[in-house]
Amino acid sequence: MNELLGVFGSGPTATFLIELLIIIVKIAVIIAITMLHVAYATYFERKVIGHMQVRLGPMRVGPHGLLQPIADGVKLFFKEDIIPAQADRPVFQIAPFVAIFATLSSLAVIPFFDLFYLANINIGLLYLLAMSGLAAYSLIMSGWGSNSKYSFLGGLRSTAQVISYEIALAFSLVSVMIMAGSMNLIEIVMAQQEYWYGMYLVPQIVAYIVFLIAMLAETNRTPFDLPEAESELVAGYFTEYSGMRFALFFLGEYVGMIVMSSIAVVCFWGGWTLPPIVVKLIPPLAAVPGIIWFILKVYIHIFFFYWIRATVPRYRYDKLMALGWKILIPVALANVIATALVKFIF
Amino acid sequence: MAATKDLKTKTLSINMGPQHPATHGVLRLVLELDGETVVKCKPYVGYLHRGTEKLGENRTYPMALPLSDRLDYVSSMANNIGFCVAVEKLLGIEVPERAKYIRTIMAELTRIANHIVWIATHALDIGAMTVFLYSMRDREWILELFEMACGARLTVTYPRIGGVRADVDQEFLDHCYKFTEAFPKLVEQYETLIDQNRIWLQRTKGIGVLSAEEAINWGLTGPTLRGSGVPYDVRKFAPYDAYDKVQFEVPVGKAGDVYDRYRCRMEEFRQSNSIIRQCLEKLPGGLVLSPDAPGYELAAGPRKKPAPPAPPPKAEGAPAPDAAQAAAPPPPPPEPPAPAFEEVYVATEVPKGELGFYFISDGTGKPYRMRIRSPSYVHASVLPRMCEGSLVADVIANIGSIDIVLGECDR
Repeated sequence: MNELLGVFGSGPTATFLIELLIIIVKIAVIIAITMLHVAYATYFERKVIGHMQVRLGPMRVGPHGLLQPIADGVKLFFKEDIIPAQADRPVFQIAPFVAIFATLSSLAVIPFFDLFYLANINIGLLYLLAMSGLAAYSLIMSGWGSNSKYSFLGGLRSTAQVISYEIALAFSLVSVMIMAGSMNLIEIVMAQQEYWYGMYLVPQIVAYIVFLIAMLAETNRTPFDLPEAESELVAGYFTEYSGMRFALFFLGEYVGMIVMSSIAVVCFWGGWTLPPIVVKLIPPLAAVPGIIWFILKVYIHIFFFYWIRATVPRYRYDKLMALGWKILIPVALANVIATALVKFIF
Repeated sequence: MAATKDLKTKTLSINMGPQHPATHGVLRLVLELDGETVVKCKPYVGYLHRGTEKLGENRTYPMALPLSDRLDYVSSMANNIGFCVAVEKLLGIEVPERAKYIRTIMAELTRIANHIVWIATHALDIGAMTVFLYSMRDREWILELFEMACGARLTVTYPRIGGVRADVDQEFLDHCYKFTEAFPKLVEQYETLIDQNRIWLQRTKGIGVLSAEEAINWGLTGPTLRGSGVPYDVRKFAPYDAYDKVQFEVPVGKAGDVYDRYRCRMEEFRQSNSIIRQCLEKLPGGLVLSPDAPGYELAAGPRKKPAPPAPPPKAEGAPAPDAAQAAAPPPPPPEPPAPAFEEVYVATEVPKGELGFYFISDGTGKPYRMRIRSPSYVHASVLPRMCEGSLVADVIANIGSIDIVLGECDR
């Protein structure tokens, strides 16, 4: 390895260049793998919901429809990119890039397994919250920039929704921070290993439930898909989008789901680790690479997204606000206080 | 809050329809929104106007029958029956008992099929998408029964003036019986998916409330009226066909909200099922078409078109006698006997409410005037009353709960 990298020479500049190269390669790997997962997450969604709804899902393109996501991608790529004449062009054009940028940047701090992460920063959790907050701007920008009434209403709804649910989401993670004593995601995972069950899911079950509900709202998924409520606002904020820009919103939503699931896995399910008791009982499991457990846990959450979508109706706007402000935030706040008290006393 | 006073706000007017994923068919609502609240709601109809009433005036009564299929295309059989019952009263034709029972079976199957489409779209509008596919799967069963009886699935024209077009066979009756045995369990399936769901209850309870008095004054009929607690059902009050010979209850609601209308229709599933069961058990023998019936009479036999017979061998000279008959053109339809001047209004209970046909006969065999009282048209008019003051999401729930089909509304 060192001989190979010798082309950069030696000294501090060379070390910097080598580090930069490694980071760029890592970024490329993470984005490529995530995009592949996103493509097949759509396939997985259609199959799961299909089988829940007594039908088969995609079956035509490739064996069992396996090439369907690729066909969809190619189709969207070649479609005309229509920009409405009355639209606010710069805002309209930038909005989808904000969506994909915010969600992809979140991937930077997620520890996929013990050796593989892009950045190990001390404010990892805060950074994730900031990025998911940034994603809301894309909805507002597209709602405003489209100059369409449906998009506008969708954008307004998303503003209100994201503000309400971000608070509950953050509070549910605050109790995790208190327990771990850190905002560094790797330290949070390691702190969970101190318990025999190896997960914050058990002591922080309340926070986890609040997080799950807020997670659905943050990613605009059923039953909180009000910004894009199909039966009311046609397609909400992306009514006017087509082609690649539409695809970017779509990608943003699915990367968002993966990011939210990863946060849930890291903060509540012990990340890439197995509970110590399980490893003790079945020692061979320790040899399985951590990434397998991580992906498995993420897909359990993604399945949960789909399951909810196939089961429940959509919330109404005012009830959604009531749920957020009157139930989730007080519950999450009480949980933070209880966690802090327990931590202080013991 | 001084700034709020000086701030001038405008309402946002938004076009819901005629192309919109949630308005059924081509209903167009112009909504004035103040934030998420609907200040004003104005329905526009007529995008699907095909001049059915005027077309009817240019056709003889049997020829006008297929027009009634196209009114409410999800329950065409019930419309056919409504048309036939009205013309039979006008022409004074007595329908044989067996035909009456078959019609009742078909009308109730149609009611189930219609309510299936209703629950599917209503639930989909509110966001519960799985119910849609479950119920569409079961609707297929009914459409296959229709196909078995008459060869058509959607626009059937199976009933005829004076009876029905063809007799049903044992295979149909067996399948129908199997359906009635399985169906109550399927209704339970739909209910487990939505009825206990908190979000569903939040979205439907207390929404679009109409008191009994208001509902009557607006001219509502069918389950939309019964949800407000008025037990009015044409099948009970002016029985036609075999409805006076079967036992059934008319389910009514109390609160008159979206949820109660939903409950009424879910109960009607069970009542219709029980009516079909009783008819199957009591089904008498005999003719299925009155000898006085005007127009064509189809030959008995398989309902689907049989394979064409092999051409007769040329060596034998004259063709076989039955082949000659088949080759001869059918005789032109005789003009049906029509009274010189008479007017008649007959209402029947179609799945959506009271469907009335009003005829003026002038003795020519064609109606001088055909007027259709369609429940969907009346129901669409109550939308502003239900929606104004509520939220945008409730508009969708309200449209679903009044169960309109624009083909019937615009005619």
